[in-house]
Amino acid sequence: MNLLTPDPGLLFWMVLSFLIVFFLLAKFGFPVIVNAINKRKEFIEASLVSAKEANERLASIQEEGEKLLAEAKAQQKEIISAAMQEKQRILQAAQDEARTSAQQIVDDATARITAEKEKALREVRSEVATLAIDIAEKVLSEKMSNSAEQKKAIERMIEKL
Amino acid sequence: MKKILYIFFLTLLTCVSLPVRAAEKEGGVNVSELIFEHLGDSYEWHIAKGCVIPLPCILIEKGGVTTFMSNQIEHGQECKGYHIAAEGQYAGKIVNAQGERPFDISITKNVLELFIVCAILLSVFLGLAHWYKKHGYKKAPGGFVGAMEVVVGFVENDVIKSSIGHGYQKFLNYLLTVFFFILTCNLLGLIPIFPGGANLTGNIAVPLTLAVSAFIAINFFAPKGYYKSIFWPDVPLFLKAFPLMPTIEFVGVFTKPFSLTIRLFANILAGHVVILSLSSLVFITAQAGAGINSSMTVVGVAFSIFMNCLELLVAFIQAYVFTMLTATFIGIAHSE
Repeated sequence: MNLLTPDPGLLFWMVLSFLIVFFLLAKFGFPVIVNAINKRKEFIEASLVSAKEANERLASIQEEGEKLLAEAKAQQKEIISAAMQEKQRILQAAQDEARTSAQQIVDDATARITAEKEKALREVRSEVATLAIDIAEKVLSEKMSNSAEQKKAIERMIEKL
Repeated sequence: MKKILYIFFLTLLTCVSLPVRAAEKEGGVNVSELIFEHLGDSYEWHIAKGCVIPLPCILIEKGGVTTFMSNQIEHGQECKGYHIAAEGQYAGKIVNAQGERPFDISITKNVLELFIVCAILLSVFLGLAHWYKKHGYKKAPGGFVGAMEVVVGFVENDVIKSSIGHGYQKFLNYLLTVFFFILTCNLLGLIPIFPGGANLTGNIAVPLTLAVSAFIAINFFAPKGYYKSIFWPDVPLFLKAFPLMPTIEFVGVFTKPFSLTIRLFANILAGHVVILSLSSLVFITAQAGAGINSSMTVVGVAFSIFMNCLELLVAFIQAYVFTMLTATFIGIAHSE
């Protein structure tokens, strides 16, 4: 039994069947399989890339949202503080106005009161004068009937002058 | 795990009782004849005693084709002028009445095994291709298709692509066919009963054909630079004027596929020889007494189990190495 001498019959069948198998597999077998595997590989890679992109986009959207929110908050703060200032200012102005108008009223009242007082005083004074004159007239008319008295009175008056 | 060990030892135990009966039956066994019979080819497929599958014999001589079934020439019988030579140059082969050998393309055990391998390859990969055509590439395969996809992907990327580099697509189908052809042959050879058991890659004709195909793939598709590097390599003039380097390079062209042949052939053949020898320990020690025989049986069976596991690995490694080296040679030829 010679193991190293190839048997022509087996060699013949081997060449024939290997060629047939190779032809069939190379034509209908492996290209389909390899293509499918490679396509799936590409598909998976593309999917991974797009997933990464989507993730990034999501992250950026989130970031943007946060930025917007922060901005909105800052604006709100600003608006509120402006409103507060405005309120303060309006209040201040109202208070000032009220104070001035009150002062005005008080001043007016004081002036009028003073004027009235003056007027009243003047009237009282003139009344008192008139009354004094009247009284003096009456006193005089009653007391002057006595000449001695008159004399005394005149003297007293002279003395006083 | 416990269960497996239990079964393992039970099997070994039955092995102990077997040789006693074997020793009783026969006076002794010619082990080398037994091993060579298993390694070689035969006209019928012997499964067990009394269970033989007859195979067709096809003989061509002087333009005439003669066919008959192998059971018609059993035990030295003559059929249509042909018989199996008992001795001489063509011992064990069919010869005609004059003792000459016709062109013998009988469907022998190895040829039938070859057809089984082809059938398996075609059904597996055409089935796979059908699956992909049906489901498209977006569906992830499971089970067998998924497993095969992993192997195909591995061979494509880690063996072929990395060895050839740019332009590997041209050789992809060929190398994948070679890989799975060798792998299937090797694995089927390890199965001891009918669908397997023939020593196909351990028969010189098969690795030889594969190596010739590798030779064609390496040399006939190479660019011009490759031939220049062989016959007029880029070395100092005195090395190529007196054609030392060209001679070495030219011899290398043939030794590369030759080494592929011998590597595959010798590895598989050696594996078969070792497993058969270990199994034969039972019969060799049959006359040495029941004690030695039983203990050697345990050792023999344990070792042949180990060798079978090792051969599973070798079956893959040899397919891998053959494909990778062919791819590397192609890559070298294309890099010039």
